[in-house]
Amino acid sequence: MLKEIDVRGLSCPQPAFFTKQAIDEGHSELIVLTDDAVARDNVRRMGNNNDYEVTVRKQGDEFIIRMSKS
Amino acid sequence: MLSKFKPAWLAIITGAVFGIFFSLLIKLGNPPNMGVCAICFLRDTAGALGLHSIDKLSYIRPEIIGFILGSTIIALATREFKVTGGSSPILRFIIGAFVTIGALVFLGCPIRMLGRIAGGDWVALEGLLGLVVGIYIGVQFLKAGFNLGRMQPLSSTSGWVMPLIAIGFLVLILTKPEFIGFGGKKHAPLVISLIAGLIVSGLAQRSRFCTIGGIRDLFLIRDNYLLQGLVALLVVAFIFNFILGQFHSGASPIAHPYFLWNFGGMFLTGLGLVMLGGCPFRQMVMSGYGNTDAGITVLGMLFGTAFAHNFRLAASPNGVPLNGKIAVLSGIVVLLMIGFTCRQVARSK
Repeated sequence: MLKEIDVRGLSCPQPAFFTKQAIDEGHSELIVLTDDAVARDNVRRMGNNNDYEVTVRKQGDEFIIRMSKS
Repeated sequence: MLSKFKPAWLAIITGAVFGIFFSLLIKLGNPPNMGVCAICFLRDTAGALGLHSIDKLSYIRPEIIGFILGSTIIALATREFKVTGGSSPILRFIIGAFVTIGALVFLGCPIRMLGRIAGGDWVALEGLLGLVVGIYIGVQFLKAGFNLGRMQPLSSTSGWVMPLIAIGFLVLILTKPEFIGFGGKKHAPLVISLIAGLIVSGLAQRSRFCTIGGIRDLFLIRDNYLLQGLVALLVVAFIFNFILGQFHSGASPIAHPYFLWNFGGMFLTGLGLVMLGGCPFRQMVMSGYGNTDAGITVLGMLFGTAFAHNFRLAASPNGVPLNGKIAVLSGIVVLLMIGFTCRQVARSK
């Protein structure tokens, strides 16, 4: 199931924490929206550590992080 | 269960370099077992500016200048200078002030606490226990939805305030006007202190090194990335203290043996720092790359250290004054009230 999480404007540790919550809920696909480079790195690492395939796309000043797990 | 162990090389390098500087700066003249203390150094800077009147605690610490400007330089080079703010700044100011009160009752910020342990000061473990418990309670608030609110992008003018303040400090320390304090505090040579601050700050800007995060993330997201940096600092500082003959088993100078207040002070500090999202050093690093909420937090900490000395809250090797005990207890009550009342939910679909 897909879940979209908007953590724009939130700083450490909320982005990683909300992503972890969604992972623990069992979502196989996640889209995380952030505008913070630190959050981007933390969320990407969270995805990699939990065996998700992670791609990051930059859109203006924001990052769209897509995570999927087969 | 912890996440699979993957070496966090940048965090480890940051911690290791920090540990080396902690130890080296003591050898070169910083106070005993206080190679680096973000909060004590803010207190010394406050004294130099006349915000408190303790002459021997009055010296603009070049490390503070480096902690802010190191991250500015690296962030500009890597295009990560981004000006944001607006996440409950007045609460951050107040929480920052209470964090310093807790630390000045224990006599050290989390980094000095680690350095004291690495120097053989086992009494500092009481502070570590308090810090861990405070962080644990803070994490429970985070899990229950505690949030100081979202930041917004701001004009670049706001983001330059803290870097320019740091440059202002540098000008003062170089020109030594007579109205700025330079009272008798032990300190390493200016250039070395400044370079040390710049280097660790630049590394921390890239690695996101944070002592509080190292413990918090174990409880919150079961992640050990930041913890690796913290452990690296501890281990490397211990090794270098040993090599430099600075390891002495037992309490260090500038410390007191009262468990309740070592624990209590760092409990207050740990709880507050989880609410703020990063340790005092991390706040300075963030303020350097445009995070104005971190900037106001640093100013709150500067105010808090001055307040602590003006109102006789700070501890000494003789113990903790009554005012300090009242302040720590009051601070815990205030932070708990903030914790229970500030909730926001992230937008999600």
